[in-house]
Amino acid sequence: MRKFLSYAALSALGVLFLLPFAWMVVTSLKADAQVMTPVPEWIPRPLVWENYTKALQSFPFLRYLGNTLVICALAVIGTVISCALPAYGFARLRWRGRDALFFIMLSTLMLPSQVTLLPTFLLFRWLGWTDTIAPLTVPAFFGSAFSIFLLRQFFLTIPAELSDAARIDGCNEWMIFWRVVAPLAKPALATVALFSFTSAWMDFMGPLIYLNDDNKYTLALGLLSFLGRYTQSFNLLMAASTLITIPPVVIFLLAQRAFLRGIALTGLKG
Amino acid sequence: MTPSDRRRTITGLLFVAPWLLGFLIFTVYPILASFYFSLCDYRVLSPPRFIGLGNYTAMLRDTDYFWRSVLNTAFMFIELPLALALSLGIAMLLNQRLKGIAFFRAIYYLPAVIPTVASAVLWRWLLNPEYGLINDFLTKLHLPRLGWLTDPVWSKPSFILMDLWTVGGGIVIYLAGLQGVPQHLYEAAQMDGANVWQQFRHVTLPMLSPVIFFNLIMGVIGTFQYFTQTFVMTNGGPDNSTLFYALYLFQNAFQFFRMGEACAMAWILFALTMGATWLVFKSSARWVYYEGGLK
Repeated sequence: MRKFLSYAALSALGVLFLLPFAWMVVTSLKADAQVMTPVPEWIPRPLVWENYTKALQSFPFLRYLGNTLVICALAVIGTVISCALPAYGFARLRWRGRDALFFIMLSTLMLPSQVTLLPTFLLFRWLGWTDTIAPLTVPAFFGSAFSIFLLRQFFLTIPAELSDAARIDGCNEWMIFWRVVAPLAKPALATVALFSFTSAWMDFMGPLIYLNDDNKYTLALGLLSFLGRYTQSFNLLMAASTLITIPPVVIFLLAQRAFLRGIALTGLKG
Repeated sequence: MTPSDRRRTITGLLFVAPWLLGFLIFTVYPILASFYFSLCDYRVLSPPRFIGLGNYTAMLRDTDYFWRSVLNTAFMFIELPLALALSLGIAMLLNQRLKGIAFFRAIYYLPAVIPTVASAVLWRWLLNPEYGLINDFLTKLHLPRLGWLTDPVWSKPSFILMDLWTVGGGIVIYLAGLQGVPQHLYEAAQMDGANVWQQFRHVTLPMLSPVIFFNLIMGVIGTFQYFTQTFVMTNGGPDNSTLFYALYLFQNAFQFFRMGEACAMAWILFALTMGATWLVFKSSARWVYYEGGLK
């Protein structure tokens, strides 16, 4: 009985959570005449796949996809390298000032991004980096407090004996990091890579303030300008939204465990 | 410092160097600069001119926009308890040995991976007053149809509704928290004759309170930063009812080019965030339970 009730509740709520998705896809396949009907219709008749080709043609989807992927790739590489090293320093080494710096790092999590946004913007403008991908990628190479924290939590769980054994074999810290800890931390590193990919994919404010030339837009920004031009063509808008939603959803479904573990890791030991 | 101490410190600093450099360039410098700019008349094209606290007093006197945006943002705090109840409830449903639980978990988390711009576009369509799915449901339930994003009264609840759809991250965190509650506590409570509600009230909630605390603080910070959704969906309207703090700050900086005012707003935001966090933190001694005493 209890099992049955749980299934019933989970399914009912699950349908509510899925409904917006379903409606997005259904709308994206409708003919213009069927989009705005007094009573919403759930079955597109006929199925208009051309909405997708139309959406793809009415803004440079592939170019924006390319721009976005370049930014995502650089963000992932930068974040993984620049977070794994500090995380190792905070988790596996004992040194003077470590705890103070770690505390400072954690407190930067509380700092609203708006406080640093404007001077950073002016700095990049002064460097002549506006309208390039540099402001969106270079900072990724300088560590992110959240990911360093996540990795540190994971590194702490790796037994110290393994490092000690390597030290006795004459390894220096760099070799221990590279040959012992990093290979064991692959799942956590994958989680950080996933997070940085999705956050770069979804980033909106960064491209919005740094990119003016519409050849350099990312998908998120492209969708916004598309929205400006097709305010009422909800079938085309839903087709474009579906297109930019598919990659993160596919990645999430493939790498679910890494995602969920990462979130749990940061939330619990907070 | 002994030589080996020094060597260890140098090694440690080398490992944390990427973050430390980034901290100096992208945090320390901007903090100092933005504090200075907040004391200046600064319109980007001409160099900053020191005017003392002028930007702050101008803001605090500005009831039409500044205080409006503060109150609008404060309204959004209603969302925190709602999100807590929803995500904890779903997490408890998911925390059972049932077949297919991974499938349900994926469904509930899925909305959280959608790019914010896409979900904003989607919800504009769902909330469309004439043809939207949500008003159609209201009609089917014999409830009045609402203006949602076009109605100053319902615009903020529209955003809350949309955000509740993306509570997936909270669900996963609570689920992990629930899985960490030792089973023997429930067994002991059952032996003492505790019913389901009492078990929830006296075992689950106290054991989960550190996680709730963490989520609440993150929620407070997130609420103050609410931006993309309003920027895409309403741009502050109708009648400034969704002019949230972060949106007004953005407009000051990048549409009106009033960098001084924008920096002052960023610092007031910082103070508000710290204040709210401090309140949560202060109250936590009463309700957050740490196993094995204070941490």
